[in-house]
Parts: sequence; structure tokens; C-alpha cells
Amino acid sequence: MDTTRLIIVAVGGQGNLLASKILGEAALLCNVPVSMSEIHGMAQRGGVVESALVFGDARSSIISDGEADVLVGFEPLETLRARKKCNPGTVVITNLAPVPPFTVAIGRGTYPDVEMIQNQIRTGISRLIAYDAVSLATEAGNVMAVNTVLLGSLIQTGILPLSSECVKQAIRTRVKKQFVESNLNAFEKGFLAAQRLT
Amino acid sequence: MHRLLTDKSGQKMLLLGNEAIARGAVEAGVGVSTTYPGTPSSEITLNFFQISRETDLYFEYSTNEKVALEVAAATANSGVRSMCVMKHVGMNVAADPLMTLAYVGVKGGLVIVTADDPAMFSSQNEQDNRYYGKFSGLPVLEPSSVQEAKDMTAYAFELSEMLQEPVILRTTTRLNHATGVVELGKINAPVVQGDFVRDPMNYVTVPAVSKKLHARLLTRLEKAKQISERCVWNFTQGSGAWGIVCNGVSYNYVSDAVSDLGIEAKVKVFRIGLSHPLPEATIKQFLKKCEKVLVVEEGEPLMEETIKAFAQEEKLPLTIAGKGENLFSRLYEYDPALVRKTIATFFDVAYEPAAPVDLSGIPELPQRPPNLCAGCSHRATFHAIKKAAEGMDIICPNDIGCYTLGFLPPLSMGDFLICMGSSIGTACGFSRVTGKKVIAVIGDSTFFHSGMAGLVNAVFNNHNFTLVILDNETTAMTGHQPNPGVDMKNLNMNGYGRVSIENIVRAIGVPHVSVIRPYHVRKSVETIKAALDFQGVSVIISREMCHLYARSIKKPGRGAFYVSEKCRNHRTCINELGCPAFSVTDGRVVIDPVMCTGCSVCAQICPEHAILPLKK
Ligand code: SF4
Ligand code: SF4
Repeated sequence: MDTTRLIIVAVGGQGNLLASKILGEAALLCNVPVSMSEIHGMAQRGGVVESALVFGDARSSIISDGEADVLVGFEPLETLRARKKCNPGTVVITNLAPVPPFTVAIGRGTYPDVEMIQNQIRTGISRLIAYDAVSLATEAGNVMAVNTVLLGSLIQTGILPLSSECVKQAIRTRVKKQFVESNLNAFEKGFLAAQRLT
Repeated sequence: MHRLLTDKSGQKMLLLGNEAIARGAVEAGVGVSTTYPGTPSSEITLNFFQISRETDLYFEYSTNEKVALEVAAATANSGVRSMCVMKHVGMNVAADPLMTLAYVGVKGGLVIVTADDPAMFSSQNEQDNRYYGKFSGLPVLEPSSVQEAKDMTAYAFELSEMLQEPVILRTTTRLNHATGVVELGKINAPVVQGDFVRDPMNYVTVPAVSKKLHARLLTRLEKAKQISERCVWNFTQGSGAWGIVCNGVSYNYVSDAVSDLGIEAKVKVFRIGLSHPLPEATIKQFLKKCEKVLVVEEGEPLMEETIKAFAQEEKLPLTIAGKGENLFSRLYEYDPALVRKTIATFFDVAYEPAAPVDLSGIPELPQRPPNLCAGCSHRATFHAIKKAAEGMDIICPNDIGCYTLGFLPPLSMGDFLICMGSSIGTACGFSRVTGKKVIAVIGDSTFFHSGMAGLVNAVFNNHNFTLVILDNETTAMTGHQPNPGVDMKNLNMNGYGRVSIENIVRAIGVPHVSVIRPYHVRKSVETIKAALDFQGVSVIISREMCHLYARSIKKPGRGAFYVSEKCRNHRTCINELGCPAFSVTDGRVVIDPVMCTGCSVCAQICPEHAILPLKK
């Protein structure tokens, strides 16, 4: 089986680890070999959280620079920071709603223009799907569901060897009961958004 | 039921490396587990903690790794399978009992888990704990995958009982925090009761006894070597004339590199899973069939040096390399591309690295360092200390916990840190030789872990500094594990004691003790000032529950604050406090009502009284 490498970057608290768990669970349901790696600990206090997911027959669970097939960014600045993981064949999916780092508030650095971020990400990769995932999550009835919105777009691209059904099933088992409905909504919204942007 | 107690042999489950280790121990019928929490090991014992509430397993968070190992040494010598879990630096604390426990050995299986952290994702150094195996004479097992993490853990108990010695299970962050599909095995019912049979001539390590025990340890080590020679965890793959020896996660990178480079037919890979003692005879056989050999191991050149010595003994003229120029580094962790490139260089294979994307257009991006949470009581305490010490030339030794982050601006509190408890010991030294005012900080859990001894020293030797104990009533950094000062009733758990930090400090004989509530800014500053004026050891206990913990045990929260029109934009709040709930939007300070916890510290320090509670 071919290997597909996915990097997810997010700011602590945006639900990156849950998104990875959902994908892992979906892989188990679809009988796709998967290995994952994440960084916790100190990085969690408002820092960047990165997960790597490798689908298929590879053994390594981390992804070197230039070797991601897909990059999903929950925050535009962090997506740009992670661009070194991309190569000319990479597809990037990013939320465009910024979460400014605290360093910006205390005047150590300025948050770059989102238009510029988008243009930078777009150069030298194969495809960019970018939109405001926070408003879609809000529309879906759960501001916190940015992660499932982006999962919807990821699955729409068809790059991962996972079906929509498997992922939805994983959402049902991995998400807290009272949030399942809004997360499934969010997934649908992200799926449609990627379709529109094709 | 806890999911790791699922008794369906053959079922597949997605597990974190740390969960797989816990599951392996459950399958082996572990009866006792002890730990001091530390990333990347924490989830192993978090699972034991929960499992112990549903089964007969005895689990405890001990005050430090030394105590944890002492407890487990006793239970294992009473015949109960026991597991002691720590992060790599914890092994330094446990090293004292470890070295002699190797002489004494065990009756029931004892597995000591050390979770190493190459690249230091959340640690103060990247020491390679395989040396502890060599140092103590104990076997070391190193899994490469999540499935192996489970299987090797179960095997480690058997090996331990076979040899009657503790076994070290050594992992790295990339295994602890990797997730993979694991096929479950059969659960053996835990044996939680044993018996200790008195035998002073084998257990009381006076010199006459130890002389005999050291010799016995060497015999057992020899037996371990025989096991290592035929152990399924040490295996070869392939049959070419190029040799690669690797261990742990490096094996994954090697396997992928060999197939990516298409050199399967040319390479023989020796994967080491039982890495101490190394299978000498098997490795020598392997070397004889190779033209040249590359050793791929993160950290120190431990296998490399030994394997070179083996080749010397056999008078083999082949090249053996690992660390070196254009090869591997002793620094940080490896990754697939690095391993692939190094293998290609060493064996001179044509190789096209992934075309890097052009990063030249990207401007300098603002950093996103980790930060104390919004409303964290440590921020309030640090602010009060700074106010109280205004105009003084101070040195602030910091310690290990969330509050380490106080060294970042704008708080900038933290001048020295080497290990758990070091703030107090180093404060003794700094205050003695510099003549400056020294203000040390330490958390509640770290105080119990190893801070207390430093404080005893300070009182006895009549040092002169102020210690602030940041008591947030939990071990926050590693995920809110309990410590001896925690009120376990908050977790609906009975049958625990509770130790008062204040009583300890007074009993040690600290002459000047005070308690503050850091959210009361003015009062806190005054109390700290009085402590700083004192000549001798003064201790301030700053008590306020970690906000995240308070929320997780569902303590009622406070309402958020907002910045009113009275704000004159001089940004005292941002410049002095730096709560992450603040941001600057259109040139004005705003508070994110979702992040703000309502601690009210910013409202108290705003000179314009412009920060007010949001009306509900
Ligand atoms: S987890 Fe608790 S102690 Fe740690 S930074 Fe957050 S509020 Fe502070
Ligand atoms: S009251 Fe002020 S300092 Fe406290 S959490 Fe809210 S914004 Fe931060």
C-alpha cells in the first residue's frame, strides 16, 4: 500500500489531538495501517502542537521536512511556519482566522497580513484550500469545531485512504456525546467548502 | 470499564505508546505501580491511577523517583509484579536505590520504565539512559513500535523473574507519544498480595553481603547475555554485505530508508531490542558477514563503541561507523530524511533528497512560545514578587513546573535552573557568595519531591534568602497529578492523608513564614516586602488553585473582565502582567472574554481602574 503523510499544525487548545485521534480511529475502522506521533508537554501551554500521521506501509511515525503529502493548518501563521514540510506535490488546507500569538500583543513582532500568508503558502505547492473555518464552525453550531470542519475538507480531497463514512463513525465514537451532532455538521460544512473551492 | 481492561484477546485498538506500556503491564498481571510524574512518561501512570480504582492494582504517586523505586523494590521482593515509571532525569534521583537493588535483585518481576527525551521536547537535558543499564548491570529492553511497547512490557516481567533482577524498559518521546494499532493479548489476573521472607544475609547490604551479591549480579548478567543471544527482540533482516545495526525508533527510520533507497538486496539490518547486555556472539557473527557497518542509534555511541570493540577482538578489518563528520550526531533526535541521507552517504548510494520548497519569500514570523495560562496564579505571584522587590538587585533561582515559564518576558523571573528542587539548594549558594537578595521559587509538588532537603540545609546553615512556594494544589505541568499536599476529596477519593506545607516549613524551623493569596495584589506585595526585609530564611506560601485544575474539578468560576473607555492606553497591564487573554486590536487593549478567567489581577494593577467585570 502506498504511503500518505499528513502533518497537522495548530495552536494548543484548538483540538489538534482530537482530530488526529479521529483520523487514527477511522484508519482502524477502514483497516488502513497508521502510525502517529505528537508532541505534548511544555508545548501545550499556548504553544504550537504538531501531529504527524503516516498512512500505509511505512514504519516511521514522524515526517521530515519536504515530505508531507498533505498539510492541515488550524491557524494561518502556523500553516505558513510549517511550510518547510511541503514539496511541489503537497496539498495544503488551512483555516484563515488568525489566533495572534501573545508575543504580538506585547509588541515583539507583528502578525503578518493574512493575504500575504495565503500567497506565501500557495507558492511552490500543488494546491491550497483556504477559508475561514471558525465561521463555518460557528454556523455548524459549535465554535470549537474548527478541527472537524478542516477534517471535512481533508476527506473531500480524497488524498487519504479513508472514506467519509469511516471518519463520521470515528467522530461518533471519539467526540463527547453532546457535541457529536454539531461536529458532524461541521464536517459536512468543511467537505462542501473544499468542493466549492475546487 | 477502563478501555485498557478490555479482555478480548486479538482485538485491535488504537493506543498511544504509553497506553500500550500500561496495557502490557496489565496483561502481565502487574500488582503494584509507583511513579513520580514526568513527561514523556505521564500517561502510563495516569492509566494505572484510573485502573487502580477499578481493580486490585495498587498504584501510587510517590514523592519522588527514589521513593517510588524503594516502594517497588519492596513489593517486588515480596513476590508481587511491580512497575516503577519515571522520565529519564528521574532515573538520576532513583540511581541510589537502583545501583544496590541490582545487587539485591527481585523475586517478583520488577520493570523500571525510563522515558528518555532526545531533542528535549519538555526536559532539561537529553541524557541517554541506556547507560544506566550498563552502569547498574541490568537488562535493557527498547521497543521500536507501539505494538512492541506492549509486548516487550509483558516480556520484561518474565525476563525479570527469569533473572531475578529488575529490567529497564527504555523508551523515547517518539515512542511514548506515538499512536499505533495494537493487537491485544490475554490479561492475567493481577497478584497483589505476596510475602517477604526474611533473609538478612541476602538483603542487608553490609559489605560482607554485597561482596557476594556483586559476584551474583555478574553471573546473572552472563545469563542475560545468553538470553540476549537468542532473544526474539534481537533479529536480523536481509542478507546483503552492508550492515546496519539499530535500536528503538531508529529501526523505523532505517527500515523506511532501506526501502526508499531500494537497497533491500544489499543490506542486512540487525535490530537490537534487548540492548543490554548486547548479544556479543551473534553480533560478531553478523560483523563477519559484512563489508562495512553503520550503527544507527540516537543519543550516545553506546552500541557503536561496544561493536567496535567486538570487531577488534575478532581482528576484523571492516569499517564500523555511527557518529562522526557527515554521519550521525550525538545531538537531538533523528528523522527519516536524516537517516536516509546518512545511509546513502555511508554506503555511497545515489540519492535525490526531497526538493525543498523555496522559503526565501517568508518574512520573519512572530514566535509562539508556550505561556502561563490566562489567569494562572503563578503570574499573579511573580508580579507581586517583582513589585515587592522593585529597586533591588535580585537573583531568582527557578524550579521545574509550569512556573518555569515565568522566565519569559514580561515577567522575566527565573535566573537559574538545573533540576527538581534546585531552586532552594542553589539559593543557599547564591545568597552566600553574592551579597544580593535571592528570591527562589518552587512549586508544591517539587517542594515535596526534593525541595524539602534544601530547605533543611538552609535553616541549619543559616542562609539568607526568601523562598516562595507556589502552592497551586496540584502537579500542573504534567497534567494535574496529586501530590502529598493535595486534597484528594476534590477528586472524590477517600483514604488519603494530606500534608500541610505550612506545618512542614514551620517544623523545619524557618523563622519567618507567611501565606498569601496571590489574587489579592496589594496585600501580597506588602507581605512579600516584609519577608524580603527579614535577615535569614523566609518562606512565603502563595496559595491559589491552578485554574485549569479548578475547572477540571468543576469549581465555580468567576466572571470575565473587559477594558472600559477609561483606558488611556499606556498598557501597564500588558507590559507588567502579560496575560494571554489580552490582545491589541485597532491600537486598543482588549480582553478575550472566552480566555479571561476573572482573576481580577489586571483590574487591580490598572492605574486608571479601567478594567471592570463584565456585567452578566
Ligand atoms: S496549567 Fe495551571 S499552573 Fe500551569 S500555567 Fe495553566 S493555570 Fe498555571
Ligand atoms: S482578569 Fe485580567 S489578568 Fe485575570 S485572566 Fe482576565 S484578563 Fe487575565
